[in-house]
Amino acid sequence: MSGNMNLTLKVWRQKNDKTRGKFITYQANGISPDMSFLEMLDVVNEGLVRKGEDPIHFDHDCREGICGMCSLHINGRPHGPKQGTTTCQLHMRSFHDGQTIVIEPWRAAAFPVIKDLAVDRTAFDRIQQAGGYVNVNTGGVPDANGIPIPKVVADEAFESATCIGCGACVAACKNASAMLFVSAKISQYALLPQGQTERYSRAQAMVAQMDTEGFGSCTNTGACEAECPVGIKLTNIARMNREYLTAKLFKEEEAH
Amino acid sequence: MLDSKVPAGPLAEKWSKHKFNLKLVNPANKRKYTIIVVGTGLAGSSAAASLAELGYNVKAFCYQDSPRRAHSIAAQGGINAAKNYQNDGDSVFRLFYDTIKGGDYRAREANVHRLAEVSVNIIDQCVAQGVPFAREYGGLLDNRSFGGAQVSRTFYARGQTGQQLLLGAYSALNRQINNGKVKMYNRHEMLDLVTIDGHARGIITRNMVTGAIESHEGHAVLLCTGGYGNVFFLSTNAMGCNVTAAWRAHKRGAFFGNPCYTQIHPTCIPVTGDHQSKLTLMSESLRNDGRVWVPKTVELAQKLRKGELKISDIKEADRDYYLERKYPSFGNLVPRDVASRNAKEVVDEGRGVGASGIAVFLDFEDAIKRLGEDAVRAKYGNLFDMYYQITDENPYKQPMRIYPAVHYTMGGLWVDYNLMTTVPGLYALGECNFSDHGANRLGASALMQGLADGYFVIPYTVGDYLAGLGFDPVDKNHPNFEKTRKQVEDNVHKLLSLKGSKTVDDIHKKLGHIMWEYCGMARNEAGLIKAKGLIQALKKEFWSDVTVLGENEEMNQSLEKAGRVADFLELGELMVDDALNRRESCGGHFREESQTDEGEAKRDDENFRYVAAWEYQGEDQPETLHKEALEFENVKLTQRSYK
Amino acid sequence: MSKSKHLLSSSLGKKLIMSLTGLFLCTFLIVHLIGNLQLFYHDQGKAFNDYAYFMTHFTPIKAVSYLLYASIIIHAIYALILTIHNRKSRPVRYAMTNGAANSAWNSRNMGILGTVLLVFIVTHMSNFWWKYHNDDVPYIEYRTDLSTQETTATELTADGFSEYTKYTDNGVEITKARDLYRQVQFAFKNWGLVALYVISMAALSFHLIHGFKSAFQTLGFDHKRYAPLIRFVGIWFFGIAIPIGFAAMPIYFYFFS
Repeated sequence: MSGNMNLTLKVWRQKNDKTRGKFITYQANGISPDMSFLEMLDVVNEGLVRKGEDPIHFDHDCREGICGMCSLHINGRPHGPKQGTTTCQLHMRSFHDGQTIVIEPWRAAAFPVIKDLAVDRTAFDRIQQAGGYVNVNTGGVPDANGIPIPKVVADEAFESATCIGCGACVAACKNASAMLFVSAKISQYALLPQGQTERYSRAQAMVAQMDTEGFGSCTNTGACEAECPVGIKLTNIARMNREYLTAKLFKEEEAH
Repeated sequence: MLDSKVPAGPLAEKWSKHKFNLKLVNPANKRKYTIIVVGTGLAGSSAAASLAELGYNVKAFCYQDSPRRAHSIAAQGGINAAKNYQNDGDSVFRLFYDTIKGGDYRAREANVHRLAEVSVNIIDQCVAQGVPFAREYGGLLDNRSFGGAQVSRTFYARGQTGQQLLLGAYSALNRQINNGKVKMYNRHEMLDLVTIDGHARGIITRNMVTGAIESHEGHAVLLCTGGYGNVFFLSTNAMGCNVTAAWRAHKRGAFFGNPCYTQIHPTCIPVTGDHQSKLTLMSESLRNDGRVWVPKTVELAQKLRKGELKISDIKEADRDYYLERKYPSFGNLVPRDVASRNAKEVVDEGRGVGASGIAVFLDFEDAIKRLGEDAVRAKYGNLFDMYYQITDENPYKQPMRIYPAVHYTMGGLWVDYNLMTTVPGLYALGECNFSDHGANRLGASALMQGLADGYFVIPYTVGDYLAGLGFDPVDKNHPNFEKTRKQVEDNVHKLLSLKGSKTVDDIHKKLGHIMWEYCGMARNEAGLIKAKGLIQALKKEFWSDVTVLGENEEMNQSLEKAGRVADFLELGELMVDDALNRRESCGGHFREESQTDEGEAKRDDENFRYVAAWEYQGEDQPETLHKEALEFENVKLTQRSYK
Repeated sequence: MSKSKHLLSSSLGKKLIMSLTGLFLCTFLIVHLIGNLQLFYHDQGKAFNDYAYFMTHFTPIKAVSYLLYASIIIHAIYALILTIHNRKSRPVRYAMTNGAANSAWNSRNMGILGTVLLVFIVTHMSNFWWKYHNDDVPYIEYRTDLSTQETTATELTADGFSEYTKYTDNGVEITKARDLYRQVQFAFKNWGLVALYVISMAALSFHLIHGFKSAFQTLGFDHKRYAPLIRFVGIWFFGIAIPIGFAAMPIYFYFFS
């Protein structure tokens, strides 16, 4: 087919978290610009399997940019060269024939490599478990229209809530900081009336867990915001700082 | 005949009465029970959280790296609820009625009514959790309309409703993990069900990082493992979605209900080539403002495909807005099965568009003229962006190209009114069961069902079963655990010993083609018989000529895929059997032999007003058909009409 | 939700310290610049030398100056602690990174810019502060005729000077002071030192363009209307005006004095 590309891939291969990894070079030939990046890897993997070689392992699931499972640091950038896109939604038309593509896993102490390009992101889950919820049981809640929420507030909470938990913010940050991820959740609840009763406990608990996981600290470079596939804003980090400092300095009695 | 355990009495009182009649477990005794929940989508997360809140010990499993990634997250459009906030005539009974009718009268009345009843609680629950639904300027919740309904009852969070609802359920789950009531197992895949004396007592899982094959015991097992659309290889499901858990349970005695009922979603982005790994859905809500059309004549369509004509060259008079033409009262908002079949029809006539000719237009030109580009962007911005990213075409400037794709499976494990399968102690929730959508699911109803089952049904019904068990812990040392574990291990090693010339994907793609061709949007006897033979041959090919690399004791995606495809091959054959058996058209199941003069699906209520529940009989043995008669006491069976 | 750390041991607490010390140093820059603008007076350094005496002998100012020294040290130490921690957060580096695609150069290199500034501060203080405090500068006597406001200056020897004094005798105001102005003139005839100053002020510019707004972000200040104002002040006042003001001094003395 015309317009197809031949590419050179330098892919990080690592058997597990106990062994050292290295880059291996592969050729990806006859790649259609309409393929997604992961479909390109599928093609490479099919070739590897036919040769009896272990395929390249990478995390992926929904392939429509919403589940947050796919990752990949492509040519020095999380989720590759296009902004506002996950790797699964990155299409090969963003590359050109003859290009060399370097593919690495997310790198952070808190995200150990499981195999090849797949990393363990359960640190994110543990942060959410520390306080990313409203303490309500099923049943016995007020009518959904019982508390009106101004549209602008609901919309802003929604913007924060759209985080897909992929970890690109950590991957992009030169300090491997998870502030954007954590602040998005804290913001969602800080904005909504439902989150008010526990807002100060939540900020403290989630930040403490974030620190325990070994993420770096924020130096406000803005790389996270620039690389976030769903456009989570730095405003969230400011809001988290505000919530946390308020909690620590003035609202210690409201924390549990 | 199967006993659905639907309680007697008037429809609207069945659930209340039943809840009262169900046995309870004393709060202090709940901690003596362990419940296994497999899958953490809307049904699984909500069930695990709700049961843990009640005091049960819960072990939850998911194959993804985090429970938040279950494929419920990808649902776009919304969730139905009979709140009647819009004062437009909605009610529990209307939601019930629309769902029964939308399902082409192949769902159980009592289940559907219960679903409509609890729908209102779901919205309350989600809002209390901090789910940021769309709101109006006055601060109250906004609604939109969806296919198959003439009221606005769909609650939504831009085009990411499933994501927001799942993150809500995930937050409730996290709270219980933090409280120590839920033990979460990420990256674990259920590979078998352990039964003792016919009761479900545990599962066997494979740790997808270390390969460890482990037994887990529990007093009840809840399968919340979603649908099996990936049997078609190309579908809107996530890559990892699979039937394995449900299929292994089926082989352990759980009947499979209506496996042939597949929903083909009308608004997906068309296939571009052989490399394609999945299809992307564009929310049905787009049909609120988008108009579906193709050129009136084959000649015009051909010129368009060849690039001799531009889209703008096709005059208004030469455009066939076929849904508006054929179904004036519902127009572009006809149910999914009708919209899909009509798209196939115009494409088969040669009037399809796009380079492949396998697509129709979904045009927003009028909506942009009427509402302005900004208003359209506010409503559908993320969908338009997604379309642009995938196709490199700007839908604000030219119509989208869409084509139907496999999206949802109405069939699933047969369950009674309590959501229990035919294996006592084994439950199936959400898309994994067959129960509420009949032969066709209405838009925005899947989220409703998943959460209804998890938040508001299972917490009541599971207690009834447990209350009859006594308080003894499950015997971990029962020989069945080791026996089943050994079988799983043997099966894994059998797969790893396959060193043929085909990849697992080769076989999966072939299976997908067979299913799409013969058991897809339109089915006929000859085709189905042919498909059955092809699948049987393919199964042989799989077990003789596929290659599975690596070893068990590591992350091994080849092995994972191989196990899933092996199960899809068996399921595929059952789907074909079921489609062959059902010699009527209903909802998503369109048998060409059974259509009205106008080409619409024609039911045969006299002979097929039943649920087909299939019982596994052993390797390569024909399955036994059991029937559950469907009684309709509250709605009149009519030929569905959306004209 | 109860596992919370002590404020200052948390990552956000450490950032808070960076932010507060940084902003305090910013306020000092304003005062320092305004004071030093007296170097441009054509009064043979009288105003400047008076000012130098005032700044080193007025008790409240002295107290603030100790706070200032502490701030510099704390700011540097915490920067070091955070940098080490941040490095540990990514033990395996990327083979390829494209930071320019997602962030500004200065925001990624605050540590390097800060190190340049620290070297500068040490040089600067040993040249002026240390010498001034250790009696290693020349002395000067100003005689101002109060009726004509005419001032004459005479260099003093070490013997003729014991302490800063100011008195009026027969309508003439006599001031004896340490001549820091002269020390400035002298020091800025060294092109190497001038170059260091100019480079350091460039580093200051980049450091503050990021640092000023970053400090507010860390404090949690973000507002639709006022945040742009902070960005404006950070860039145009702290990032451009102040460093230019400081850099103008060595350049002026090198070329014009």
